[in-house]
Amino acid sequence: MKSFRILSFSLMAAALLAGCVNDLDTEPIDDQIISSATVFDDEVAYKQFLAKLYGALTLTGQRGESGLPEISANDEGTTSFLRTFWSAQEITTDEAINGWGDPGMIEFHGHLWSDNNLYIKLLYQRLFINIAYCNEYIREVGTRVTDLSGDLRADVEDYIIEARFLRALYYYYALDLYGNVPFITEEDGIGAYLPEQIQRADLFDYLENELLEIVPDMKAPGTNEYARADQAAAWTLLAKMYLNAEVYLGEGNDRFDDCITYSKMVMDAGYSLHDNYAELFMADNDRLRNEIIFPVAEDGNYTRNYGGTTFIVHAAVGGNPDPVGVSGGWSGNRMTTAFVNTFEDVTGATDTRAIFTTEGQTGTEIEDPDMFQQGYISHKFSNLKSDGTPGSNATFVDTDFPLFRLADVYLMYAEAVLRGGAGGDRATALNLINQLRERAYGDQSGNIQASDLTLDFLLDERGRELYWEGHRRTDLIRFGVYTSAGYLWDWKGDVKNGRATSSHFQIFPIPSSDLSVNTNLEQNNGY
Amino acid sequence: MYRKRILKKVISSSFLLFFAISLGAYAQNNENVVKGKVVEEGTGDPLPGTTIMQKGTSNGAVTDANGNYTVTLSEKGEAVLSFSFIGYKTQEVPVNGRSTIDVQLQVDISTMDELVVVGYGSVKKEDATGAVAVMDAEDFNKGAINTPQELISGKTAGVSISSNSGAPGNASTIRIRGGASLSASNDPLIVIDGVPIDNTMMGGSSNILSTLNPNDIASFTVLKDASSTAIYGSRASNGVILITTKRGERGLKVTYNAVASVYTVPKTMDVYSGDEYRALIGDLYEGNEEVLALLGDADTNWQDEIYRTAFGMDHNLSVSGAFREVPYRVSVGYNNTDGILKTYNFEKTTVSLNLDPYFFDDHLQVKINVKGMDNNNNFAEQGAIANAIYYDPTKPVLNGNTRWRGYTTWTTGGANGNAIDLATPNPVAQLELTDNTSNVKRSIGNAQFDYSFHFLPELRANLNLGYDYAESVGHNNVKDNTQWVYIPTPAGGRISRYAGKSQNELLDFYFNYRTDLEELDSKIDATAGYSWSHFKRMGEDSVMNQYMEQVTYNDYANEYYLVSFFGRLNYTWKDKYLLTLSLRNDATSRFSPEQRWGLFPAAALAWDIDEEDFLKDNKAISNLKLRLGYGITGQQDITGGNNYPYFAKFTISNETARYRFGDNYYYTLRPDGYDANIKWETTVTSNIGVDYGFFEDRISGSLDFYYRDTRDLLSTVDVATGTNFSARVLTNVGSMVNKGIELNINGVLASSQDFEWNLGYNVSYNNNEITKLNLNNDPDYIVPVGGIAGTTSGTIQVQKVNYPVNSFYVYEQVYDAEGNPLEGVYVDRDNNNVINSEDLYVSEKPNADVLMGINSSMRYKNWDFSFAGRASLGNYVYNNVAANSTYQGLYSSMGFLTNASTQADKTKFETAIGTNLSDFYIENGSFFRMDNINLGYRFQNLLGSKLNLRVSGGVQNAFVITNYSGLDPEINGGLDNNFFPRARVFLLGVNCEF
Repeated sequence: MKSFRILSFSLMAAALLAGCVNDLDTEPIDDQIISSATVFDDEVAYKQFLAKLYGALTLTGQRGESGLPEISANDEGTTSFLRTFWSAQEITTDEAINGWGDPGMIEFHGHLWSDNNLYIKLLYQRLFINIAYCNEYIREVGTRVTDLSGDLRADVEDYIIEARFLRALYYYYALDLYGNVPFITEEDGIGAYLPEQIQRADLFDYLENELLEIVPDMKAPGTNEYARADQAAAWTLLAKMYLNAEVYLGEGNDRFDDCITYSKMVMDAGYSLHDNYAELFMADNDRLRNEIIFPVAEDGNYTRNYGGTTFIVHAAVGGNPDPVGVSGGWSGNRMTTAFVNTFEDVTGATDTRAIFTTEGQTGTEIEDPDMFQQGYISHKFSNLKSDGTPGSNATFVDTDFPLFRLADVYLMYAEAVLRGGAGGDRATALNLINQLRERAYGDQSGNIQASDLTLDFLLDERGRELYWEGHRRTDLIRFGVYTSAGYLWDWKGDVKNGRATSSHFQIFPIPSSDLSVNTNLEQNNGY
Repeated sequence: MYRKRILKKVISSSFLLFFAISLGAYAQNNENVVKGKVVEEGTGDPLPGTTIMQKGTSNGAVTDANGNYTVTLSEKGEAVLSFSFIGYKTQEVPVNGRSTIDVQLQVDISTMDELVVVGYGSVKKEDATGAVAVMDAEDFNKGAINTPQELISGKTAGVSISSNSGAPGNASTIRIRGGASLSASNDPLIVIDGVPIDNTMMGGSSNILSTLNPNDIASFTVLKDASSTAIYGSRASNGVILITTKRGERGLKVTYNAVASVYTVPKTMDVYSGDEYRALIGDLYEGNEEVLALLGDADTNWQDEIYRTAFGMDHNLSVSGAFREVPYRVSVGYNNTDGILKTYNFEKTTVSLNLDPYFFDDHLQVKINVKGMDNNNNFAEQGAIANAIYYDPTKPVLNGNTRWRGYTTWTTGGANGNAIDLATPNPVAQLELTDNTSNVKRSIGNAQFDYSFHFLPELRANLNLGYDYAESVGHNNVKDNTQWVYIPTPAGGRISRYAGKSQNELLDFYFNYRTDLEELDSKIDATAGYSWSHFKRMGEDSVMNQYMEQVTYNDYANEYYLVSFFGRLNYTWKDKYLLTLSLRNDATSRFSPEQRWGLFPAAALAWDIDEEDFLKDNKAISNLKLRLGYGITGQQDITGGNNYPYFAKFTISNETARYRFGDNYYYTLRPDGYDANIKWETTVTSNIGVDYGFFEDRISGSLDFYYRDTRDLLSTVDVATGTNFSARVLTNVGSMVNKGIELNINGVLASSQDFEWNLGYNVSYNNNEITKLNLNNDPDYIVPVGGIAGTTSGTIQVQKVNYPVNSFYVYEQVYDAEGNPLEGVYVDRDNNNVINSEDLYVSEKPNADVLMGINSSMRYKNWDFSFAGRASLGNYVYNNVAANSTYQGLYSSMGFLTNASTQADKTKFETAIGTNLSDFYIENGSFFRMDNINLGYRFQNLLGSKLNLRVSGGVQNAFVITNYSGLDPEINGGLDNNFFPRARVFLLGVNCEF
């Protein structure tokens, strides 16, 4: 009896042991977490994953507003691609100065940053995480697509092409902002390895080839679902690369002919200017597909985050938020006086693109960058719809961001012509510019003559037409005035009247955090 | 423990005698009187104060100054007398009808012959080989103790216990030897009656230990070095605290304790009064009508409006005894304490039941423990604490508006205008309009079966089955028409609900074999076993406005398992040389099959030097033991519920993180960052220690040196960009060293019949340094941590090689000739004429270099008096409240004013921005705090019954000595940003026992 008890006890124990060791092979029990091995068992995953590749243009994590972020930051909103990209392209220029007194932002506008600047790091991390998502898509979905059939297979093939486009887009921004960057494709895996660095010119070649390779397989202009990229988006991206080729490849390596070629392809694809400038930046701008070539889609109910246009709209509001249809302002961004003065009439009475106000402001001069109530503020981006009613949510903005739009293509064409590109002509260029101005003025009173069409004019006109749309830094660099004394704006170089800054600021540094981890990387000159 | 019991007996029998003499002087029956003299064996010195008791009765006496006694017995035939005195072996002498009995008491060399609970078993204190501290009820802090941690705060070297806030019932941060991990948990493992508890707190619960009623605790055992903790391998890197609860004894005993306490606000922040503020704004914004128009004409002290004097009460009733030979103990506790912040309340009912049945001629001993708790919290809106400092003092609490429920609110366009979302909320409105309550139910229980084999009693099998279940529900709702809640809809209020559940189960099984090999003069104690535990938690939360619109909903569920095999061998030779070897093989489901098993060995040697011949007769040295220990422990307790860090997986978004294609919104599906090769963090600890006792242990204590090297630190760090799906991934990176010295001294300064005084002092020094942080060991590599209030990019701390954990990373302030900080002027450390993030440097760290504790307990006749205090030296604090208080920040262009701490007068910063990263705000937070002072009076055998009564009064948090300019320098983590102030507590208590 005694020994039986012991025996049975021991047997029981042995059985328990074996069973329990197997317990260690757990799989997630949360239905929102899916093993990579089985995730594509559900076909909807192909499109949901694609939605992440696009969504990462503005979203910050897997919970709306904030939560489950992929990049950690004190304020999750700062990890939004659109928010921090916008800050890098705008706050470092004449188009915006930030009043938060945030050291990273002061460094941006004052051209004071080092490789420890938080925003430079967050933007870099965001670009490369998005690239990593695209690589995963191309790799994992790529191996599965051949097992699919019918419509699904056709759709998924489109998705993979779009994943390649998005990767090219994110790489383009990496090239423009950081120059020589780590280079990772779907050939590389996940985890413990150190990526090699690619030189800016080599990356340019890679991107050109990649885009040219995928363009034929992309959907024809205007035929894809809203907010998904089509051939026109790829052509616009190519045109941008070619316009700036000299900056990326070195003097003498211009590609203005190609810029004209691709600009024309966009212009010939059936797009047209919307007749009301202000409506392009309002809460119901998603209907303006005739002009907006590629948007970042935002929604107050379903695409909530503290980046994107929610940031752009709120940060531009101080005292009274009613004119832009939100419930409160963040007192952040306003214009430099130098920029505002590129408009002959700042009231908006003639050129309706001058959407500036001094309501609630104490003055137009910025004596102290930290005083939001000094200087002009702009309500160009608004959460009001074109009928004056507010968007769906008073905090999270509905307004889509026009990443690429036709007016930019017009301006690129004109500039490439002026810079000597073949395949276009000055008369067309003048006509395109005057189309923009006619829309702005409501009539021909603002039209210019052929003799007015100079490069200097074009830089100003790009500012007037495209301000706060994320182009300014690239434009100022191409025109050679981003760091030089050729154009000074308030608080450039951290002094009231502006001063020239070191030319090395034309490329952002590789963040020190990545240099420390990835020993294959060499820092950009000057840092 | 044994000694303590003797002491208790001394005390109680003295009282007994007092009563016996006064009440029964004339009732003496000469026939039953025994007289005699008690002396020390060998010397013949008389032993005054020796307690003589007739066994099984309450008849007793105490020897006088000459060692003489007279005791009256109930009868002399069968009576047995027990003679006991502290530091001597108790002797029992049958009377056998004698009238005179003289006794020689033998000095007890092993006065510390107490059992120490260690992992999976217990050892005699004299046989312990590791750095172990034991504290039992006699050592506990007295007073209004709401949480178990408070009982042992400051009591032993190397254990730092600091309350996280002044909210009643709140958690404390416990650090043993400074904490061994960087990103993983630094909390020690807490084992209650053999059940290791989950140290992750659930939403809605305030303290992981709150299930435990402090009054039920019999002892704490703190295992500090690896040789003692390695038996808990996987969970032991940060030390282990073993808590045992009181158990039933044969003989009915009922105790009732009650404490009533008054909580007062010790100190409030100096802010500008209404008049001062009007003057200041008038001066700074002279002529600026827009700003001046914002001023009001009231004079409100907002801190007075949010704080109150609060009351608390605590009742405990316990009954213990034996029911049909089964010892039991049942207790019920009730605590209801208000916070000094208005509306804050903590209410808790606990029940506990212990049963110790025996079966099969005592071969099977069963211990059953069940503890239950029902806890209601009203957490209030603690944002009011900061807002009471920042709210404009020129405004009244109520301004008669109709749109914002009458509370003064920052608006544009008149009192009924639109609210300014980001303006400072009215703190009184926040308190009165917020309903932030939760209910937590938790039960921890286990049944431990200990069977000693009939044919081989030296062999025991022990099975321990335990569970730890908890459930919480709560909400944090705010009424509509309030300014500070504008999500999901402006002025829509908020209904925010949450619920959570955790279910943890445990199975331990081990064999223990203990034998004396007399021919080898050896003792062997061997244990081998297996442990399995499962941790599961799930929950959900939702937010919507008061009209049930704009609902967002989230839920989660995760689990993990730990499986371990362990063994330990204690070998004792000649009762002097002790060897402990232990080995644990642990597996966690958190790591991949290739990485999940970790092997954690430990070894310790101890030498009872006082047992050696050359010391055996030494009168001065009563105890001397040298201990050497070495061991490796593991860590897998990743914070943040990340139970699948090695696993390739995707996370689907919730409905508000969707993206639009066409006219549809698609849930976004994201691959998550992971490290397939993640593995155990390991800590290698070496420890050299000495336990000492002099003069019959009148002075005793221990001295330890340790060196603790943590490798493969589990840390969330930046990965090579582009190689993973999150910017930072939890991985093994770097290493860290903690080294330190600990000294404990306990002195019995007086020990006579009328007067006893015990004084304890402990001091520990810990030095912490990160020695490696990434693969290429770049000395400039930093991991920013420690977000600060007031900016979107602000972090004030870093992890950096060669510096302590969480060092402050700041600009070096430049001062003028008078020593005032120059606005916006910092040292250009890289000499490039640009002040940017390259000029930040490491200045100080939040953790203390030296911690001290002092405690004293004194008894004079029926009076007792005790105090306990703690000192912390070399801990630095970032004064975030001061950093946010500059003249520059008083006016916001959004159209509102902000008050500030008057510390703004020290800087007078008017325009510069980013001043909050100046090292000016890094302050030395060294302090001494008198934790509690307690005075009591004891009534013995009241009214001739067995009722004993003690009445006491005391003060907690009596005073703090510091140079820190903020409210309280004791800030876990070192970031002082409007801390819930620790109250000063005055209390009155009564303990009854019969």
